[in-house]
Amino acid sequence: MSHGAVRAAIVATGQTDHGRRFDVSMAEIAREAIDRCLASRGLALEDVDAVVAGNMEMFEGIYLVDQLYVGALGALGKPLYKLNTGGTVGASVALACYHLVAAGRHRRVLGVGFQKQSEGSTQAAITTVGDPIWERAVMAGAIGNFASMASTYIAESGVTPEQAAKVAVKARRNACLNPHAHLKMPDITVEEVLASEMLAYPIHRLDMCPASDGACAIVMAAEDAVAALADRPAWVHAVATAHDQQYMGDSPKRLAVMRSLQAASRKAYAHAGIEDPLRDFDVAEVYEPATYAELAMCENLGFCPMGGGGKLIDDGVTLIDGPLPVNPSGGVLSTNPVGATAMIRVAEAAMQVMGEAGAHQIPDVTRALATGYGGNAWTDVMILSAERPK
Amino acid sequence: MNTHEAPKFDRGQAIRIEQQITLRYRFAAGRHATRFFTALRDEGKILATRDAAGNVMVPPRPVCGLSGLPMEEWVEVGPDGVLAGCTIVYVPFIDPMTGVQRPVPYGFGLVRFDGADTSIYHLLDATDPAQIGVGKRVRAVFRPREERIGSLADIRHFSVIED
Repeated sequence: MSHGAVRAAIVATGQTDHGRRFDVSMAEIAREAIDRCLASRGLALEDVDAVVAGNMEMFEGIYLVDQLYVGALGALGKPLYKLNTGGTVGASVALACYHLVAAGRHRRVLGVGFQKQSEGSTQAAITTVGDPIWERAVMAGAIGNFASMASTYIAESGVTPEQAAKVAVKARRNACLNPHAHLKMPDITVEEVLASEMLAYPIHRLDMCPASDGACAIVMAAEDAVAALADRPAWVHAVATAHDQQYMGDSPKRLAVMRSLQAASRKAYAHAGIEDPLRDFDVAEVYEPATYAELAMCENLGFCPMGGGGKLIDDGVTLIDGPLPVNPSGGVLSTNPVGATAMIRVAEAAMQVMGEAGAHQIPDVTRALATGYGGNAWTDVMILSAERPK
Repeated sequence: MNTHEAPKFDRGQAIRIEQQITLRYRFAAGRHATRFFTALRDEGKILATRDAAGNVMVPPRPVCGLSGLPMEEWVEVGPDGVLAGCTIVYVPFIDPMTGVQRPVPYGFGLVRFDGADTSIYHLLDATDPAQIGVGKRVRAVFRPREERIGSLADIRHFSVIED
């Protein structure tokens, strides 16, 4: 069942070589992803009807990135919509591309997310996401926040540091199969994760994502434009966004009970006919900035019972050769250019459906799940499939 | 044509332009926060708002997000509470109120005041993970009256208490 009047599919993706990219400017890194995306299908900028761009502007302190980079974004003379929805921004761009196409407004929409964390002050930027009246006076950054959330999750679920470390090992090993990934550690072990510097108890350095530069682009096409562009497109079967209350302490169990992820995913599952996510999805790309977050997300997405995240990784369910691979790309734990990160989840899910994920391709993918993450407070979900929606 | 393929670029020779921008902001706390911070500063009291459904929330707010009802009643909560989340931070963090790095290690956690349904983040005076834990009881430690300015930082920190 389609949300809109027009069925839509992702027909092309492109990513930069993520990492610390002192060799390119912001405009150039965005364009690198766009060029690769369009070139993969022999498309030119003239073939694009509209552009949606996403970036977390406070990281580099550059406002009006849409206007400053209009040329690089290929949007001269076209509708160009800029989004900034924090951690979810890349997924919000993908959802916006979908809505524009599904509404019948445009036939081919280019979406691009980009960020250069090496250019700014991550700490200062993270401070600006806190409420100035209520939260900034006592903030401890993203790491302190994740550490506190992890303590709640541990208390609720009994998950262990060893189980969290297994997620770090999975991510950095998977990243070795992904030519775009930033942090690749082929020989990483659970012991190495547990021995890495304690940033904020119980979060070790290797439990957290890196700060990356990178960009990601997709082309979303209307049904009547799809066939000419891709033999095996990634059809959009459901999109959903849900918000929780405003303050960080409003959701009492934080990671353990992720109300916005539960709400958005269940809405999308109902729409796409997903009854048993563990059975019905072939791969998932979730926005896990920390190891504990991935385990909690698996629970809240219904891949296992609540409290079963530790057992899920112990049983190898989410490994790249497991029954439901989670983040075969290496995930956010291996690459985090914030404004692009959630779009990378969508693009990687689309690549899996299109059979274009290369060395980290999961065999026979029909249905894939992608999620964005806005610090528990809001979540984007997209479900992609090789099958055209009814 | 593809700009990303333009190779032979010596990354070691890449030029980086350094800038430092200082921006000054002055936020209106608004009616709810002003009432809360005034009571905190002058009386050492923690106030919350309650709706007709019985939801009690800190920070106080005009509308309950869960019920959609106005939160017109003010009630006192705390100053004791329970830790809903906690950590000891070892990585240096710039204090946004001062621009100066906060000394590490320091404690940080989510406190749910007795009588409230929501929590607020605040500092803990513990420096060892063994001293803290989810579910432990804590008490607000206020700054002396003459040091209080009408800010969440008028609570110096929370201390774990025996109960």
